[in-house]
Formats: sequence, C-alpha cells, structure tokens
Amino acid sequence: MELNNLYQSINLILPEIVLSASLVILVLADLIFHKDKRLIPYIAGIGIAITGAFVINQFGISGFGFQSTSQSIRNYGLIAVDSFGVFFKLIVIASSILIIFFSLSSSEIRKIKDRVGEYYALIFGMILGMFFMISATDLILIYLSLELLSLSSYVLAGFTKLQDRNSEAALKYLLYGAVSSGLMLFGISLVYGLTGSTNLYVINSLIQGPHVNLFTLSLAIILIFAGIGYKISSAPFHFWTPDVYEGAPITITAFLSVASKSAGFALLIRFIKTTFVSYINDNGEWTLINVFDWQSVLIAISILTMTLGNFSALWQNNLKRMLAYSSIAHAGYLLLGLVVLTNQGLLAILIYFIVYLLMNLGAFLVVMLIANKINSEDIDDYNGIGYTSPLLGVSLAIFLISLTGLPPTAGFIGKLYLFVALVDVKMITVAVIALLNSVVSLYYYVRVLKHMYLSKATDSTPSIIPTFGTGILVLVLVIPVLVFGIYFGPLVNLAKSCLVIIGF
Amino acid sequence: MMGFPILTLITFLPVLGMIIILFLKKEQGNTIKYTTLAITAIQVVLAIILLTNYNYSAAGVYEERSFQFIEKFRWIEIGGISWLGTVKIDYFLGVDGLSMPMVLLTALISFIAAISSLNINHSLKGYFALFLLLDTGMMGVFVALDFFLFYIFWELMLLPMYFLIGIWGGPRKEYAAIKFFIYTLFGSIFILLVMIGLYFSATETLADGTKVFTFDLLQLMNSGNYTADGILSPLNPNNLRFVAYLALFVGFAIKIPMFPFHTWLPDAHVEAPTPISVILAGVLLKMGTYGILRISYPIFPDITRDLMWWIAIFGMVNIIYGAFVALAQKDFKKLIAYSSVSHMGYVLLGMASLTSTGVNGAIFQMFNHGTITAMLFLIVGVVYDRAHTRGLDDFGGLALQMPAYTGFVTVAFFATIGLPSMSGFISEALVFVGAFGVDSIRVITMISALGILLGAGYMLWTLQRIFFGPLNQKWATLKDIDSREYAMFIPLTIIIIFLGVYPSAMLDIMNTSVNTLVNFLHNNFTVSSISGL
Repeated sequence: MELNNLYQSINLILPEIVLSASLVILVLADLIFHKDKRLIPYIAGIGIAITGAFVINQFGISGFGFQSTSQSIRNYGLIAVDSFGVFFKLIVIASSILIIFFSLSSSEIRKIKDRVGEYYALIFGMILGMFFMISATDLILIYLSLELLSLSSYVLAGFTKLQDRNSEAALKYLLYGAVSSGLMLFGISLVYGLTGSTNLYVINSLIQGPHVNLFTLSLAIILIFAGIGYKISSAPFHFWTPDVYEGAPITITAFLSVASKSAGFALLIRFIKTTFVSYINDNGEWTLINVFDWQSVLIAISILTMTLGNFSALWQNNLKRMLAYSSIAHAGYLLLGLVVLTNQGLLAILIYFIVYLLMNLGAFLVVMLIANKINSEDIDDYNGIGYTSPLLGVSLAIFLISLTGLPPTAGFIGKLYLFVALVDVKMITVAVIALLNSVVSLYYYVRVLKHMYLSKATDSTPSIIPTFGTGILVLVLVIPVLVFGIYFGPLVNLAKSCLVIIGF
Repeated sequence: MMGFPILTLITFLPVLGMIIILFLKKEQGNTIKYTTLAITAIQVVLAIILLTNYNYSAAGVYEERSFQFIEKFRWIEIGGISWLGTVKIDYFLGVDGLSMPMVLLTALISFIAAISSLNINHSLKGYFALFLLLDTGMMGVFVALDFFLFYIFWELMLLPMYFLIGIWGGPRKEYAAIKFFIYTLFGSIFILLVMIGLYFSATETLADGTKVFTFDLLQLMNSGNYTADGILSPLNPNNLRFVAYLALFVGFAIKIPMFPFHTWLPDAHVEAPTPISVILAGVLLKMGTYGILRISYPIFPDITRDLMWWIAIFGMVNIIYGAFVALAQKDFKKLIAYSSVSHMGYVLLGMASLTSTGVNGAIFQMFNHGTITAMLFLIVGVVYDRAHTRGLDDFGGLALQMPAYTGFVTVAFFATIGLPSMSGFISEALVFVGAFGVDSIRVITMISALGILLGAGYMLWTLQRIFFGPLNQKWATLKDIDSREYAMFIPLTIIIIFLGVYPSAMLDIMNTSVNTLVNFLHNNFTVSSISGL
C-alpha cells in the first residue's frame, strides 16, 4: 500500500481515530481517578463532541479508504466515506450524547458508580463498531465491526448486575448473537468462495456476469441477512429483543433501540445498494441485479416484522418490553423505505431515523425518569401519574402519539414520507397493511395514556418533578417532535442532502 | 375585510385560550371557565362579523377567486432535485357557501357547549384546555382548503376527544373513548392514502410556470391538472379512482356515522359528558358529510355520478335502521344517539340526489341537526344532572314538576319530528323534494319518508313516557331549569324557530355555492368511468 494512499485513508477515518483515542483516555482516566469518578462522563461527552466535529467536517467529502493495490479493480477500498455515512454517524453521535445525559440521571447507573469508567469505555466500543459498520464496504470489515459492536453490547446489557434479569439479558443476547454472527460468517465464506472477493463493489461487478451459482449465492445472502437482521431486530431474528430490552439498563436499551438499529440499517442499505444494484435511473429508481429478489423478501420481512411487533406489544404490561416490541414494529416500518428500492424510499428512511431518534429516546427517557422514582416499569404503576407529574406525563403522551404517527407530531411526517414512497411506486396493498398496523399500534400506545390519565391519582401515586437538567433534556426532545410535526421543511432538506452513497 | 386574517383568528383563537389556561393555576377554576366562555363568545362574534361581510353571490366550490376571506401562503417548500420534484404545501384557508354554515354552527355549538361545561367539577384545567384544542380542530376542518392542512385538523381532534370522553365520561368511558379513537383513526388512514394518491396524480402550475404536485383541493378539482399516468388521474386508463372514492367515502362515513360504521356513536354519546355529546352530535358528525361534499364530490364527480344510487341506499338504511333502533331504546341518551344516525341519513339522501334542492336541503339539514340535536343532548343532560338516571321508564309526569323544561323539550322534539314552523321541517322537506325529483332514487325516497313516521313515533312516545301521566313521586323534588340552562336553551330555540319561519336566512348563504357544485358535478370529469376495478 502506498504511503500516500495510507495518508489519505487516515484522513478519512479521523472520527474513528478520535473515538479510539477517547476510549484509551477513558480507560486511563478510570485508572487515574479511581476514587472519584465524577469526571468520567464529562470526558466521554467531550470525546463524543470532538468526534462529532470531525464527522461534520467530513460532510460533502466522498472517497474510499484503504484501497488495495493488489486487486484488479483498485478504486474501491475497505471503507467508504460519503454523506449517507455521515448522516448515520451523526445519528449515532446525537444518540450517544443523549445517552450520556441519560446515564447521568439514571439511578441504575448511579448505583454502579465504581465501574462507570468501564461503562463509558464499552459505550465507546459500541460507537466505534457502529462507525465502521456504517462505512464498511468489505465483508470482512463488516463482520469485524458487527462483532465489535456486539461484544460491547453483550457486556453492557448485563452490566449493572442488580437483578437476575440483567444477566438473563446478557446471556440471551450473547447466545442469539453468537448464532447469527456464525451464520453470517458462513454466508460471507460462501460469497468469497463464489466470487473470490470480499469487497462489495467487486462482488457487484462479478455477480453481474453469467457464471454465478444462484442457489449458493441466495443461500449466502440469506445467511448474511441473518446477521444484519439480528442487529435491526427484524423478524424472524427478533426474538432476543424483548428480553434484552427489558433486562438491560434503560440507558443501554435506549441506545440499542436507536443507535445500534440505525447502524444496522445503514449497513443493510449500503450492503444492498452497493452489492445488488446495477443501475439507478433519473427518477431515482434502483434496478437490481437479477440474482436475488430482494424486493419480495423485504416486503415479506417488513410486513412480518411490523405485524409481529405490533400484535405482541398489545399484551405487554411492562413499558420497557412494550417499547421493545414497538421498536421491532418500527424496524418493520423502516424496512418499507428499502422495499420500494428508490431514492424516495431512502429519503423516507433518513427522515424517519431523525424522528425516531427523538421520539424513541424521549419515550425511554421518561420511562427511565419514572423508573428512577418508583423502581418499576409496570403499566399499573403508571395509574394517575399524568396528574401528579404533569411534565413527564404530557411529554410521554406526545412521544407515544408521535410513535403512533398522528399529526401534528414529527412521527406523522416520518410515516407520511414512507407512505409517499410506497404510493409513488404503486405499492398500495403494502401501504394499506402498514397503515392498518399503525391503527393496531394506537391501541397499546394509548393504553399507556389510559393508565396515566384515565385512572385517578391516589395518595400513593408518586409525584415526579424532574430536576432542572432532566427537565431541559425532556424539553430538548419534546419540542422538536412538535415543531417538526408542523414545520418539517428543514428535516426533509437535511435528509435530502445526505442521500449520496458513493459508487453510483 | 381583505387582508385581515379573520379565519386564522377564528381558528386559532381557542389555542390562544388554551395557552392562557395552561398558565392559570388549578385553583382558579372560575377564571378558567370564564376564559373559555369568553373565547367561544369572541368566536361567535367573529362568526357574525364573517356573516355580515359575506358575499352571498360568490360561489367558491372550485374557483379560488370566488372564495371569501382567503388566506394563502407557502407553509412548506422543499426545493426539487433530479428525481424529486419541488414539494410545496400551502396554508390555505377560505370559506364559501358550503363551509360558511358549518363555521357558524361550530362557533355557536362551541359557545353553547362552553356554557354547558360550566358545571364540570373536576380537573378543570385539563378539560377546558382540551375543549379549546378540539374547537380549533373543528373550525380548522371547515376552513381548510388544502388537503394536507385539512387532514392535520381532522386528526387534531382525535386526541382531545379521546381524553374528553375518557376522563370526564360515564361508567364505560374507557371503552367508549378507545372505540371512538380506533374507529376514527381507521377511517382516517384511508383518507391519508387517498390524499397521497391524489398528490401524485395532479400538478399545479406555479407563477413561474413550473408544475409541482399539489395538495390544493381546488387544483385537484380541475380535471386539466391531472397527469397522464397518475394512479388517480382520469386520463390513466388503469386508474384507481373508483377504489379511492370508496376508501375516502369509508373514511368520511365513519364520522357521519353511516351504517354499518355507526357502532362507535351510541357508546361515545352515552359515555361522553353532556357538553361533549353536544359537540359530537352538533359538529363532529357534520365533518363526515362536509368532507364528502368538499372533497369526494368535486374531486371525483365521475364516480359520484355512478354511485349516487348507492349513497341514497345507505342514506335510506341510516334513516330507517336508526329510527327502528331508536324505538327500541330504554336509555334517553341512547335514543337521541340513534335518532342522530337516522337524521344524518337525511343528509346522505339529500346529497345523493345531486340536485340543487336536495343538496341545499342536505347542508341545511346538517345545520339544523346540529342545533336540534345539541338541544336534545342538553335536555338529556338537564334531567340526568338532577335525577342521575336516564331510563325512559323511570320517569313520568315531569311536565307538572318542570314546566319550563317541558316547554323547551317540546320545541326540540317537534323540531326533530319535523313540524312545520321549525327548521327541521324545511330541511327535511327540501331533501325529500330534491330526492323525489330524481327518477332513479324515487322509490328509495318514498321508503325513506317512513323515517318521519317512525321519528314521530319514538319522539312522541318518549315525550309521553317522561313528561305526561302521573308524576312519579320519587321526582317530586326536582327543580326546574336554572339561568345557566336558560342561557343554553333560549338561543337554540330562537334559531330553530327563526330558521323554520325564515329559512332563506340560511339557504341564501349556501344557495349560490350549491348550484355551482351541482353544475360542476354534472359536467366535469367526463372522460373516466369505473375502469379502475
């Protein structure tokens, strides 16, 4: 590898380098300040902020890093930097910063304050894994980044060790994760055997040729999808989600449900678009290489995911578990944007992720603040809480309404763009199924409102007045949900400028 | 009045009131109540100002320049890129003869409901804040001329309604509230789909000559704006206009409520507190029929012509079925609820005739049903507040005990039956005259006329059971109506009798627009047929 090439590549991974450096600093700081660890979260926050600055700096750049000189097609590298990647990295950064604030106010995390250095270091491990997942264009790097993310998440899921369910979550997560990453690795080896390459762009050009064994290739693709589907918790790889989400500390659950899912989606989109799309026409419609019918598979998975998620959520009495199923359902909605195989659909996914970040983290934040006080996420303990804790009650109501997708909240705009993308390619039946799903989801979201407001407050109903800081945090999430619901121009413009996936 | 944003004011004034209320303290119960009352009173004043400045000869319907009090500016604009056209959504308000009566009705009923709400006695702050939000949603639906804006207002009402029924309602309030919510959301997803479909089917030419997709209802009514391959474009031989019409119709029919989508209504009405029942019956039900007149009819005139017979059939079923079920009721409030189902059937029948007389009758019936049913629900509220029961057989001889109350009840009941000199008579007569004149639905009209007979049956029987005969001694201590209740009944009584004697006061407002609409329906969108099946 030429030195010049290496230098350029290092420029492209500056955010990742900063992240790694911060990770090292965090570990060192944990050793130095082992008596008083109050500074650790702030160090972590600064590390993420600097990373964020470097990510923003990459906006508008596109290029490949770590290009190989040995291959015949030398223009493609291990990682791709483009505005699509920058967008998802920013989603990760934004949720990481919020998660650090969440952690500061979480009583669960306060109980383990001796080990808080490891906690943040592992979060950095997750972020690093996500960053590489978002920009990886090589199957080996995809696998490695996925494992880096997963290993950190397994530990974090059971990190608090306060209850049995923490360990249960970690173990279940590990077992499911091990199986799906094994399947994925097998799929990767099959692809390598078929094409002799692990680079997505090379594979793209090779599978367009006539000598591809379609059966083996399809098998390999399904196996690889198992690994990615597990990360985005799409059916039928979603079974770990409720248990892990319920058992993990709420901060980690929230982080998994937004950041980890967004990285998984970025990977899935990049994987499909770079490997299987041969041509994009002027209307932004993608033409697939005729080796694997992604569209039908994605339609089936999307509908299955949202329907299973929504119907299972109907019966949940634990808010965390309900939100877990709801996040499965949302993975289903998000897949709709990919089903259509158009730029319009991609746009819808990006918009939906901004909205999803706000409303889902918001819902988890309120659940966490309530759990801090009453030490429970049981829906019956929410009876009358809307009267005794007005700010949290109203905020949770707004987040849940937004998750349902009713105007005038941002959730409606997210859903609207997905349905616009569907109607644009005339997939009316799919749109109707998705819309009926959102009617189903209304029932369980409103069930929470029912407990909060339709049940009378009793003397034992806790009154939870957030501190100044957490109050601001709640408002930071609530206000955009309302504002973007009424004035969504900036949202769409931002997403529109982040559609570039290099290669086409 | 040009330039003064009076429609924005009348629509968003309640939101202002809501914000004021949210800043008041819980203990300031009376301030909260009177703020709401003042806001709704100002709304009535604004509605009267609208009326005095209203041009009776301007048609509106599909023509932007003959709409009145127009406010239009760009709300969302997203620049286009190669594969994505410019997205623009307008904040577009205006009234014409179809919406003006509804704006008046909304202002009036909100005011009456605010008076009726004065005896709400717990969680006042929440109640009145939600009440005002609901008010904004209702008013917005009637003045919005952009489909997207219309939809936002349409959905805005769901949540306040859910809470108003669910928190302040009767014993089965939770069930009724969620049933209402899920039913109406189910309806509105179809409206949403059709909205998106229409968006991709028609373009609007901007001032600089570029063509962009549009949510503007008036542009969607122009058959010349449709693209050749849009899924809801009449020019596309494989269009889905027929399916879309049905979907849209179901969305609106749930709100009317049309048989067989009416089952949420008795539950919601029976469980809702009196003022909310008043709003539900007085205004919300009208949104369904208004939506059909404003959106389904002029955007899909081709399908409307094809399906008018079916709409008439459903109108007839509503009339007869509602009346029969009302006859069987033992609960006063449920009886009124089913009488609503029956009376909204007249609206459907009048609309189905596609004649000036019939449609005039339909809109007039919407207004009259709003005032009369509002009064009926208030009447139920009065007796329920005192006796805490609504069983029709629990009473008897109340006329002796509450003579003034009985007087108002008699007026309202006779207006419901359609006694001449009451407003209900005129509108029902117009509906029947209009529908009878159309050959294809003449038989349907004749059968529907039975509804009048049945209506007289259940209303008079109710009058007899509750008010006549010997006084049930249990109720010998009931007081006659107080000044607050007089304040609710008198304006409604005056309007009911005034419009019965001088219907032109209302008919003139809508007549020009209705004639334009009917002409439009018969002469536009002639290329398409039911080819989308």
